[in-house]
Order: sequence, then C-alpha cells, then structure tokens
Amino acid sequence: MTSSWKPAEQPESFSFDAASEAEIQTVLAKYPPARKASAVMPLLYIAQRQMGRMTGSAWIPLVAMDEIAQRLEMAAIRVYEVASFYTMFNTQPIGRYHLQVCTTTPCWLRGSDDVTQACKKATGITSFGETSQDGLFTLTQVECLGACSNAPILQVDDDFYEDMDASSTEALIAALRDGTRPPPGPAINRNGSAPEGGRKTLLETAGPTPSVTQ
Amino acid sequence: MLQDKDRIFTNLYGQNDWKLAGARQRGDWHDTAAILAKGRDAILAEMKASGLRGRGGAGFPTGLKWSFMPKQSDGRPSYLVINGDESEPGTCKDREVMRHEPHKLIESALIASFAMGAHAAYIYIRGEFFREAEHLQYAVDEAYAAGLLGPNAADTGWDFDFYIHRGAGAYICGEETALLESLEGKKGQPRMKPPFPAGVGLYGCPTTVNNVESIAVASTILRRGGAWFSSLGRPNNAGTKLMAISGHVNTPCVFEEELGVPLKEIVEKHGGGVRGGWDNLLAVIPGGCSVPVLPKSVCETVLMDYDSLRAERSGLGTACMIVMDRSTDIIEAIARFSRFFKHESCGQCTPCREGTGWMMRMMDRMVQGRAELEEIDLLEQVTRQVEGNTICALGDAAAWPIQGLIRHFRPEMEARIQHYKAALGSTGLVQVPAQTMPVAAE
Repeated sequence: MTSSWKPAEQPESFSFDAASEAEIQTVLAKYPPARKASAVMPLLYIAQRQMGRMTGSAWIPLVAMDEIAQRLEMAAIRVYEVASFYTMFNTQPIGRYHLQVCTTTPCWLRGSDDVTQACKKATGITSFGETSQDGLFTLTQVECLGACSNAPILQVDDDFYEDMDASSTEALIAALRDGTRPPPGPAINRNGSAPEGGRKTLLETAGPTPSVTQ
Repeated sequence: MLQDKDRIFTNLYGQNDWKLAGARQRGDWHDTAAILAKGRDAILAEMKASGLRGRGGAGFPTGLKWSFMPKQSDGRPSYLVINGDESEPGTCKDREVMRHEPHKLIESALIASFAMGAHAAYIYIRGEFFREAEHLQYAVDEAYAAGLLGPNAADTGWDFDFYIHRGAGAYICGEETALLESLEGKKGQPRMKPPFPAGVGLYGCPTTVNNVESIAVASTILRRGGAWFSSLGRPNNAGTKLMAISGHVNTPCVFEEELGVPLKEIVEKHGGGVRGGWDNLLAVIPGGCSVPVLPKSVCETVLMDYDSLRAERSGLGTACMIVMDRSTDIIEAIARFSRFFKHESCGQCTPCREGTGWMMRMMDRMVQGRAELEEIDLLEQVTRQVEGNTICALGDAAAWPIQGLIRHFRPEMEARIQHYKAALGSTGLVQVPAQTMPVAAE
C-alpha cells in the first residue's frame, strides 16, 4: 500500500466530543471485550469526522491517534501503522471538500480524463494531491471505486457522483462552492445501475411469495 | 437467458422499497424458522445440491466450504465473515445487494451462520461504500427492532448478531486473511495458509469468509430448492449470477443472468451492444481486471461461465466485464491495471512488492513504445517470477492481465515499439546487466 507520511502542523491536544463518545460506545459493543483493537479503524474514522466538524478539515492528527491507542490499550505505533496503511485516513489536513477521481481502466474508458481536467479547471488545482488556494478543495486520484457500470465516478467526501462528464463536474464543483451539496448518484437519466433509459429486466411485477420447499 | 420469475435479486435497481416492509413483500423473512427447522445437515446438503460456487471470483463450492466448519465447538465460537470489500476493477455487483437488497443479505447470513454453528457475523464493507453501509446499518437496526436479529432471531431458536465493519481503502483486504487481519485492527496483510480460516480465522476461531453475493442467494436457494438453482446454467456452472458490464457499450449496467449464456448475447442484450456496433469491438475483460483479456475472435463464441472462460485461459472472476472498442489503447488499458496493482500491493512479499513496480515501469514504457522488442519476453518472464511466488493471489492477479495482453496483443506491442524507433530513433536504453543490479531498483 502506497501512502505517504508527511509531517503536518500538529495540534497540541485532541479529545473526543460528546457526539463522538456516543459513537465510540456503539462501536465498542460490536467486538469482544478482549478484542478492542478491532475498533481501531472505526475510531480513526470517528476522529477524522470530528476534525471535519470542528475545523472543516477531516484529518487525523497524531494526538488523536495517541488518544485512540490509549483507549484501545494498543501501542501507539500500531495505530500509526493502521492510519498510514489505509488510504482513506488523512494523516494531514485536507480541503473542505475531498474530490476523489477514479482513474482506473473502467472509468478511464468512459472519460475520467475529462473529469480530472474539469476538476483542475474549476478549482485551480494543477496536480493530484493538491489543495486549492481557498482551502475548499483537495483533489485526489483514487483507484477503482467499485461502481464501474456508472463510470466515470467522482467521489466527494462520502458521496458517489456517477456518469460524470466535464460539464456535470464543473456544475457540481460550482454548487459545492456555493455551499450546496447536490444529490449524489447518476448525472444521466438512469435509476441506480439500471441501463440508461429504463431497465431491461425485472419488468414483471413481483410474483407470489415462494413457500419453503420441504 | 434468465426469465424474471427466476431472478433472485428482484430489487436490484432499488426500484422498490429496500427497507423491511418492501423486503417482506418480496418474500424475505417469510417463515425463516421453517428453513432452520430443517436442520444443519439438510441445509448443507441443499446448498451442495444447488451447485453454488463462490461468487467472489475463486468459484469454490459454497456448500462444501460451509461444511468445513467444526460440527462440535471446542469452546471457541465460530464466525461468519462476509466479504463486502468489493474492489476488483470492473466489479460493482455487491454494492447493489448491500444498498438495495440488505434484508436478503441479513436473512441469508442468519441461515448460513446457523448452518455453520456461528452466532455472530461480521460484514466487512469497503470504506468508500459509505452510503451502502448506511443502508445496511438501517436494515440491521430494523431487523433488531423486529426481533429478526438478536436472541432467538426470527423465532428460529438461534441467537444471532450481525455487525458491520467498514474498511478504509485497501484492495488487499478483499483477500480473506488480509480481511481478517484488518478486522482484528491491523494492517491488511495476508496470512500464510495453512492454517485455513475454517480452523483458525477471526480471533483465532473457526471462520468462514464468503462473498456478499454467495451469502445473499442462500435464502432463495433454500426456499426454492437446490434443484431449482442447479437447473439454471450448465453442469458445474449452476445458477444465476450477478454480472455487470462497463466500458464501451451503449448501456452499461448491473444485471442478474444465468451462467452459460454467450458473452456476445449479454453484451448485445444488457449492454445495448458495443459502441459503434459489434464489429467495433476490440476486446473484453470478462470478470474483473485480474482475469486475462479476451480478443474479439474469442468473444464471438465464448460462454459466460467458470469452465468456458477457463478453457480460453481466462476466467469468470466476478463476472463483471469491461468492454473495449477499437478506439482503445489496449496497452494503456492494461498498464493502468499494473499501476493499480503497484498501488495496492501490501508490501509483505518481495516478488509482489518489487515485481508490481517492475511490471508497472515496464508497462509504462510499453505504452510509449520506449523499449526493445526482446523486452516483451523479459516482461513476460517477470510476470512468471511473481506468479505463484507470493502468500496471496495479488501477485498472480498482477501478472495475469499482462500475460493476457502479450498472448493476444503482441503485434500491437511490437508495432508500438517499432513506431517509437522510427519516430525517435533508438531508445538509447541500456538494460542494467543482472549481476550488477542495484539493490533498490526504485
């Protein structure tokens, strides 16, 4: 796994807020008490989201990792290791909106280069990994997002914007800049991953409930 | 081709309510207790009779896999772990199950867990599927509230808990032992096998790891019978399969189809045909990027199932095909996969960690044509040195697309090299002799 570990300006302290504490209780209940370390990824997510809420930049400072290590009774290095192994944990500050363009073959075949260009044009970013000067956008190149029938995909934070092209990308970024989040999903006339223009299967109404065969 | 009456995933596109009320209308959770009442052995026998093979790519018989779990506990609990780390490029089928058929998955997980003596199931969902995990969590909460999960789940007499665990962007966690490591709170690096997860899996306990689709079809198979399922498809390639089509077709989509249907028919029917017509087809990657590419001549006749594609030295994989028309730079298309595997190698085994980098750099030069003709053989050799020499199959998966490219598109690669030479003269590239190879090539 390739993921960079660059030193960032670190805050001096971090503590979970009430909303995060509630989430942590839910998470810890999922795993056997002796296996608390299983909660490391969920807790990193919780810390990252809290940073997003508090500072507008969803990333995980080292002090948060130390706090997680203490809670889960793990060595701090084990938490750093996990945080740096998985690409979705941001170990340095990022922009308010995280633009993630999939450039793997299925998206590339359907025009991910255009989406990338449009992202750069609309944000002023010149290459992947950069944050725009206004601090609003970070542009990242990501590998297959697993929605290939709706390629190309632009993921913004938690949402997939599907079947994109240059103009829909520019429109999306303009909307984000205005503080609105358009509904995610396909940018063209289709329902989820059904074929454009209407589904070709599942045209009959649902049949009777099948009974249990003995 | 598959008729609507034989489809398992009747809410594939989310055209109807995906929540509990809608799921019940479609037949989910209908008298689940009657299925469990048949007993563990009868369920295993029925699953074996159905001929279901693992839907995540490897195609191992599902019923047989379940039967490897210990019949008597030695004090350790057993676990079912569902693999929802769908990350194989081209593949986007499990996403539809998790967001549009969550109750089918949860009910089937209860049945499967009972059949293998597990009282808890974890599903590992790739981190990017945030909204899909939200849907599934909503469905889990509904199921607990309705008494379908928890103690005496769905009045079956079986206590059962279902937990969601989200990944965080690592393809390797789709490998079952890497997934278990990740679930235990570690880096996702695959374990040596043996021991196999059925003996020592999650938290050192007996564990079965199954793909989302393999689990989700169980409830329907047990309602309609193994004989019904095995009557679809071809011998040894039974049943229906979620498939997807992406790339240069008129209507890319996800759909459920019978195994053993000609690939060409699928492209024409579900994909709405190749962009610019069938004769504009260059190649198809039939089942996610790890399986070797097929040129048009093979696509004319090959059937979409495990054995037919194996016979063409490719594979069914996840049955999610990538279609490329004649405008495609096929070398670049495969080079992107090489970059993908370089990015996703976990770094544990040397042949994969170094080999994926070697393959990526050579492929990048092949795209430009900045290479010598003999280097095509050298590249092939590198793939052979990675393949089979790593703990998990990622090394193999990185090698196969390149082998497929060389097998079917060598003339294109040679033409690229000759074109580069004609336009820019010799590459001026001197290969470092093997004996003076620098220690760190990067």
